[in-house]
Amino acid sequence: MTALRPHAEDEYADELAQLAAADDRPRPPGWRLSPQAVVTYLLGDGAKITPKYVGPRRLIEVAVSTLATDRALLLLGVPGTAKTWVSEHLAAAVSGDSTLLVQGTAGTPEEAIRYGWNYARLLAEGPTDAALVPSPIMRAMRTGSIARLEELTRVPSDVQDALITILSEKTLPVPELNTEVQAERGFNLIATANDRDRGVNELSSALRRRFNTVVLPMPANADDEVEIVARRVAQLGASLELPEVPAALEEIRRVVTIFRELRGGLTEDGRTKLKSPTGSLSTAEAISVITNGMALAAHFGDGTLHPGDVAAGILGAVVKDPVSDAVVWREYLETVVRERPDWLDFYRAARDA
Amino acid sequence: MPERFYGIRHHGPGSARAVVRELAAQQPEILLVEGPPEADDLVRWVAGGGLEPPVALLGYAADDPGRAAFWPFAVFSPEWQAIRWAVANEVPVRFFDLPYGYRVGEAAAPRTRPAAGKPGAPGTPEDAPETGEPGTAGAPEDRPVADEPGAAGAPEDRPVADEPGAAGAPEDGAGDGGSGVPAKGVADGGPGADGVPEEIVETDEAGGGGIPGEAPGPAEPARPADPIGELAAAAGYDDPERWWEDVVEHRGVPVFEAIAEAMTAIREGAAEDPEDLVREAYMRTVLREVRRRHENIAVVCGAWHVPALTRKVAVKDDAALLKGRRKGKVTFTWVPWTYGRLASWSGYGAGVSSPGWYHHLFTSTDAVVPRWLVAAAGVLRAEGVPTSSAHVIEATRLAEALATLRGRPLAGLAEVTEAAEAVMCDGEPLRTELIARRLVVGERLGAVPEEMPAVPLARDLTAQQRTLRLKPEAAERGLDLDLRKDIDLRRSRLLHRLRTLGLPWGEPAAGRRGTGTFREEWVLRWQPEFAVRLVEGSMWGTTVLAAATARAIRRARAARTLAEVTGLLETCLLADLGEAYPAVLAALDTRAALDADVHHLMAALPALARTLRYGDVRHTDVAGLATVTASLLKRICAGLPSAAGSLSDDAAKQLRDGMDGVHQAVSLLADNDLRELWLATVESLARRPDLHGLPAGRITRLLSDAGRLDPAEVRRRLRLPLTVGTPPAHAAAWVEGFLAGGGLLLVHDDALLGLVDEWLADVPADAFDDVLPLLRRTFGSFDPGERRAIGERVAGPRAVVATADAASIDEERAVMVLPALGALLGREIRIREDL
Repeated sequence: MTALRPHAEDEYADELAQLAAADDRPRPPGWRLSPQAVVTYLLGDGAKITPKYVGPRRLIEVAVSTLATDRALLLLGVPGTAKTWVSEHLAAAVSGDSTLLVQGTAGTPEEAIRYGWNYARLLAEGPTDAALVPSPIMRAMRTGSIARLEELTRVPSDVQDALITILSEKTLPVPELNTEVQAERGFNLIATANDRDRGVNELSSALRRRFNTVVLPMPANADDEVEIVARRVAQLGASLELPEVPAALEEIRRVVTIFRELRGGLTEDGRTKLKSPTGSLSTAEAISVITNGMALAAHFGDGTLHPGDVAAGILGAVVKDPVSDAVVWREYLETVVRERPDWLDFYRAARDA
Repeated sequence: MPERFYGIRHHGPGSARAVVRELAAQQPEILLVEGPPEADDLVRWVAGGGLEPPVALLGYAADDPGRAAFWPFAVFSPEWQAIRWAVANEVPVRFFDLPYGYRVGEAAAPRTRPAAGKPGAPGTPEDAPETGEPGTAGAPEDRPVADEPGAAGAPEDRPVADEPGAAGAPEDGAGDGGSGVPAKGVADGGPGADGVPEEIVETDEAGGGGIPGEAPGPAEPARPADPIGELAAAAGYDDPERWWEDVVEHRGVPVFEAIAEAMTAIREGAAEDPEDLVREAYMRTVLREVRRRHENIAVVCGAWHVPALTRKVAVKDDAALLKGRRKGKVTFTWVPWTYGRLASWSGYGAGVSSPGWYHHLFTSTDAVVPRWLVAAAGVLRAEGVPTSSAHVIEATRLAEALATLRGRPLAGLAEVTEAAEAVMCDGEPLRTELIARRLVVGERLGAVPEEMPAVPLARDLTAQQRTLRLKPEAAERGLDLDLRKDIDLRRSRLLHRLRTLGLPWGEPAAGRRGTGTFREEWVLRWQPEFAVRLVEGSMWGTTVLAAATARAIRRARAARTLAEVTGLLETCLLADLGEAYPAVLAALDTRAALDADVHHLMAALPALARTLRYGDVRHTDVAGLATVTASLLKRICAGLPSAAGSLSDDAAKQLRDGMDGVHQAVSLLADNDLRELWLATVESLARRPDLHGLPAGRITRLLSDAGRLDPAEVRRRLRLPLTVGTPPAHAAAWVEGFLAGGGLLLVHDDALLGLVDEWLADVPADAFDDVLPLLRRTFGSFDPGERRAIGERVAGPRAVVATADAASIDEERAVMVLPALGALLGREIRIREDL
């Protein structure tokens, strides 16, 4: 396979097959797996099924139950909390197809959500079924699968509202042909939206009411987060074919600690309160800081990850607003980092960065 | 059936319902309830209408109200329902637990309990108690009870273990309720912490600490393992609480026999807690006595105790266990309680985390989930969040789907909460929290009849009023206190403490100010509603000191602004609330870290520095204060540069005043590192070209006074603002900043005067006209007397020689002054040998 990044249902086809084989619980209509098996797929079973999401079990349970009750699911969270990741894997596990995807942008037209026309045919044949270009959501309705809509809040409000009929009546009228597409059982929608961008295009309350909201939090403790970062860094390093760099768990732990402390506004020992910078300092950013540092170390350094390799990356991640974040970072360096004897190298590197 | 044992789960609504049903079927002649026998007389209050749950039995040592314990009852407590039933049916009720007087007695004389007295008791009780202070030691664990002033009042959430009074007890006692489960949580010694009557279960609280209160020390070895946890684990539940809900509460048919059997099995394998053995020995003794007169007996107690009560034990063994115990004199009364206190999160020892939910389970008979979600929608609507019936419908469906996914028979609290969160709250944590606070915990406040005997807090106040010779009078009168006198100092503290409790008996009078810090003026006026406040305040603690401490800590936690906390810090000093100090300091640190406005930080620093330098802060963690002050200064230094850009005139003045305050504070701190840090910050600030004139001039002056700039550099900087490139307004501000407030200083500081004088003389003749208005503006603000004195100094001879003379000091004579000087300053003055 030469794809830079295979789809979830391809990459984890073995696990899905295993779960389906062993799954004897009732499956909702149109589902490939039972809800319990979907939860297991997402969270892992500690043996053959690898965890895709590390976090509170109840969140995944609420998400899966929501899909099973035919309510649409809205995943909220700051950037980098695995919203898209979870939605892709949910779609892969429930309908075996995570590709029915609409990327929401400020320029998303209504055609992307409903249907468009093949204009050459429309001119040649007039409005016919063959001239109709279905959107991914329309195709999901026809096949009874899960459709995904990324960054829902970036979509203009009038376009968002095209979803209301689809979600409440489960039908998509096509007045030009005087027909409609009724959703097959198993159809549902997972939308993701970003907490911090609220207000960009706030959902109308009519639409909001059609969604159950699940907020994906930042990892609850440092060990979880280190595990997530280490695993993803290893996967990314392998798929990008970066030269092998010894697993620098210590640096990963340090980056995770710094991110967690600044994000939470409290040192891990719980003794010092800190100001939080404006950026979200997500786990995804920690992953990219480390990956970046490994690339630096491999190509330009001596092959081991040193504090200097990550310091600049951290600075870039923390200081998003040049004025207020710089104060936050300086205060953090002077009051926290400096006091930790074994962080001296990092302190120096960060001062120079 | 002659007698029946109802092994209940404390505060379990399912148990409560079942107990009432079974009692009605059994129609016993007498009811025995696990609880302090001294409170038997108080049962009659249940009959009257005045007592509305949640209420608590409050027991305290008659001679020392600081040692006290609470036994809370909610409407869904099985004990409460059993008592209600008995009172309504005119069945006599007896509490038959170990008398609280024993604990008080033991605490007073911890060693009186001979170990030999109880043969057979595994793990003698002795080792257990005693870990703490005598005061706490004796107390059996699960009876929380913080009996010690310290603990009772203990600031909440202080994990007691480190608190002297409270020997952090792991409170395993909890084990005994059927519910058992060591109440792990809630370490807080909050006022409330003291009281669980008994182990009430609730495992979900993290905490781990001890309950204040007595209890065998943390090292207590013989603790029964969490019996419910074992049962639940055997049934495949990770959370014992849910197991109870599913197996007992939700079925509504607790099979008391089955529970007793299960408990028997568990107790056979578990280590016995010595305190349990003593309590059960007492219970059996009472039971035997009751059996002599009654046939048909009902016993309501924690499920854990049932096997012990039904077991055959020889009378003499029980007598031996109970022998040699001293009984202290205790007094009991009912006090109002709240669901908030009942919930573990407000510091209740082993509370239930969701009293509101239990209340709902107990009071609603059908459609439990929809009713709950309708109530949740009501809470949200009351806050202006549009929540439609459609939301409720969808939330109900989701809750049911979740229950199915998890294989539970009915949606429980976890499911309805998650459903409400996903459907109604749009994932907003604030709304979820709102539901948790209003509904899951609830805000129900209990009530007691007015004629109820006084609470210990009121007694403590009366006692203090007597010793301090302050009579509560409805008429207003003034009070002048001289804090150098001991009695006046104590009066002042009492008044300050009462104010902390929301009981403004005395208001500080505005009166004469500046007559010295040892003088305080008050206006006293006693208002009748203070009696009510005392009852309310009694939930914070049983003495004025303890209650005020707990209250101050609570307020420090809830504080939103830095100024609030600084105010509290001052209150702590005035009211001498040493115990609250660390928590207030911690809050100060927190607020300081979160406060982005460097002006607030600067405003807070001087008071801290003064306290550190002059405050005779008894029992105060000065080291903690020093750390906080130092970190505050570091934050100021980090934030100051960015706060100094583009200032308006008003903001510049604020900054100048703030910097003056900090500068003085830094010199009070007498810490060279901090001083260095501050001066370095100021120096770097001084180099900024865009700085407003007022702070710029001030900084130059500060640095010059601190000897960081040599006179030539100062002169250079003085000259700069007066040159062509500087706008006049900036120049005026600069000169004002440099000289302001220094009229008197110019008279006495020859170096400064010389500097200014030389600089003036240096101004070129043609520029002088331009400079003159600026100077006039600054010098015009000085007193006429000061201006004349400056003029005289400039005109007259300079005392240049004097400095040379001052160098020759007669050291021996100088040394003689030192002891007196030391006495004045209140610190020892040592002479460095190297000079």
